[in-house]
Amino acid sequence: MGRRFSRWIRWGAAVAGVATLLTAAAQPPHIEVYPERGPCVADRETMRREHHQMLKHQRFISVHEGVRDAKVDFNQCIACHASPQSQSVAARPEDFCVACHRYAAVAIDCFSCHQPTVSTAQRQGGGR
Amino acid sequence: MKTTAEHDTGVDQGRRRWLAQLGLMSGATLLAPGIHLLAIPPAEGAADGTKRWGMLIDATRCDPNCQLCVTACHEENGLPPATDAQAVRWIRKVTLREERSNHQVSLPMMCLHCAHPPCRDVCPTGATFKRKDGVVLVDRHLCIGCRYCVMACPYKARNFVYGPVTTQKNEVPRGMGCAEGCTLCVHRIDRGKLPACVERCPNQALLFGDLNDPTSPIRRRMAEIGARALRPELRLDPAVRVHGV
Amino acid sequence: MAKSMIALNHYAHAVRFWQLMGVWLLLIAGAAAAFFSLEHFGHAITGMTNHIVWGFPHVIAIFLIVAASGVLNVASIASVFGRTDYKPYAPLSAWMSIALLIGGLAVLVLDLGKPDRLTVAMTHFNWTSMFAWNVFLYTGLLALAVVYLWTMYDKRVSGWSSAAGIAVFLWRLVLTSGTGLIFGFLVGREGYGTALLAPAFLALSFAWGWALFLLAQEGVSRWAGEPSAMLDEALFTRARQLFAVFLAAALYFVVIYHLTNLYFERNAAFSRFLLFAGGEFTFLFWIGYLLLGALLPLWLVLGMGDRASVRWAALLTVFGGIAFLYAFIIGGQAWPLQPFVGYEVLSSGFDDGQVAIYQPHWPEVLLALGGIGVSGLLITLAVRVWPFVPVRT
Repeated sequence: MGRRFSRWIRWGAAVAGVATLLTAAAQPPHIEVYPERGPCVADRETMRREHHQMLKHQRFISVHEGVRDAKVDFNQCIACHASPQSQSVAARPEDFCVACHRYAAVAIDCFSCHQPTVSTAQRQGGGR
Repeated sequence: MKTTAEHDTGVDQGRRRWLAQLGLMSGATLLAPGIHLLAIPPAEGAADGTKRWGMLIDATRCDPNCQLCVTACHEENGLPPATDAQAVRWIRKVTLREERSNHQVSLPMMCLHCAHPPCRDVCPTGATFKRKDGVVLVDRHLCIGCRYCVMACPYKARNFVYGPVTTQKNEVPRGMGCAEGCTLCVHRIDRGKLPACVERCPNQALLFGDLNDPTSPIRRRMAEIGARALRPELRLDPAVRVHGV
Repeated sequence: MAKSMIALNHYAHAVRFWQLMGVWLLLIAGAAAAFFSLEHFGHAITGMTNHIVWGFPHVIAIFLIVAASGVLNVASIASVFGRTDYKPYAPLSAWMSIALLIGGLAVLVLDLGKPDRLTVAMTHFNWTSMFAWNVFLYTGLLALAVVYLWTMYDKRVSGWSSAAGIAVFLWRLVLTSGTGLIFGFLVGREGYGTALLAPAFLALSFAWGWALFLLAQEGVSRWAGEPSAMLDEALFTRARQLFAVFLAAALYFVVIYHLTNLYFERNAAFSRFLLFAGGEFTFLFWIGYLLLGALLPLWLVLGMGDRASVRWAALLTVFGGIAFLYAFIIGGQAWPLQPFVGYEVLSSGFDDGQVAIYQPHWPEVLLALGGIGVSGLLITLAVRVWPFVPVRT
């Protein structure tokens, strides 16, 4: 029984190892940004680490206090990061939010409720 | 692998130590992000606790054949036309006949933004809440879609979103699986504008304002013509009051 | 007096075991398919509407949850009220409670608009909401029932059995009252909003739980081929008399509820609707619950009194209970809200004043049946591996 068990372990480890190598070989996506639309809320590394915490913290305050012009304003994020091709951050696999989240395999729930496409008014006004 | 000594006692100490370390490391990894401090200063919100937003519906001025408030609401909030029983209605027109006098009257009906909202009381997660200026809203980040609030509302003001939503407006996020209702157009009133229905009404049947300010137009008009709550015996103290019903 | 317990003889009953498991797994597979469709297409594929938001899944879920609390009666009678004759049947009763509760909760959670937000429901609580309390009441009962089972089987802690039994008994009184008050706390709807629903649901739980226990216990004994595992004559007589008492108590509360509603003109409209003008709901109430779920079982249990009659009575009580809940939960929503007292609604964009129609669709029916599948699977599995069958010497 022990010998059969350790054979299972060896096979399992082999499969896991191959899978890891294959996924490690995947290239991180190229994320497009549009600096002409103005700077983001914080620098790239801070945003990468903390954007979810920023959104999570701010959203409660925005909803409960009626904050309309916060520094972290989801609609502004979408306006600045929407791709020119789709006017959206989540319509195509290369669009801003989706590209990174697919690579990182982190499911996001935002766009079941939030409109990922820039509104016409915002499109005319440009970014920040 | 077990040592001979461990075979005797039956307990694998090495495995125990490893499991304990794993547990400690997992615990530390899980806790660590929570200790992170956020440096975002909280912004000042438009919700003002000294105000109580309300509406006066003057049913005597409401035209039974007019649906402009409903159209305005649907356009403003990105709601699809209400064609079937699963559709969402934040506002609806109702035509009534008083049972004995046969007098007919028509009025729009929406969330009445009660001071003691039953929907808020029954919501298990606190997703339905009352803002400090009296507007009753749904925080869809917390809504689990249990529909208890839809059961609780005495005025049929609550809806459940039955299918996927892709045409929502940017200012009015809404999605499948959550409960919702009239928001008194908070995204407009927070910027000093009127709710869409009030703005569109051609007969001045709808008046919006601050119920806490005795000099406001709404308070003065209420004093002039009288207004009451629907189902006053429930003592919910709604912010939307009617005259002529 | 039962002396020892046995688990089923695996080899002798393998075929029947797998047949039964097959049925449960089929029901669960149906529910899984329904759930994944709901996740993708939303509740739009169900028959629920913005007039009727709680449908067939809730009927079955609430039945399972109420019965889960009631089925503990057997164990309570043994531990709390000192009737040691029932003691050998206590483990099955406790396990059935756990199984039925898990089945009911599974249906409720899977029917949520956003079940992925379950972690939100477990971390954010609004204490005026019965649902928030239920998170603790239901999980607490599960935990207490597990502890109770532990005291029944482990000699080292068997001294705590009485205390555990009392704790479970008191906890489930609160829990079942809470289930009734889910509806009792709704101010807006004429069919609900009364404190009477708490004791009514308590009484109904006794009747339904007792019925399910009698059916399961007899089924298990026959399956094990242990006729001595059946309740002996003296115990059977007492059991069937208690069954009659529970049925009568439930009937009492339902009658009082409707009589009081009818007396107050301002409340009468709903009871008049349900009792006389509600179409399918009227049929389900009078024929489904009153006749088949209360009066006929009472006659079978008291008038006839033999084992076959009591078995039929138990089965009818279960179906009567589901009929009652269908009329209560769905009929209660079908009856329109009345925001404009004294006015007749001539037209409305939201069908105010109209009795709503509910037509169950396959996804919600399959989801509801899946709850029965989960409970059935848990009971069948446990009966096979655990000594639940008492044997008289």
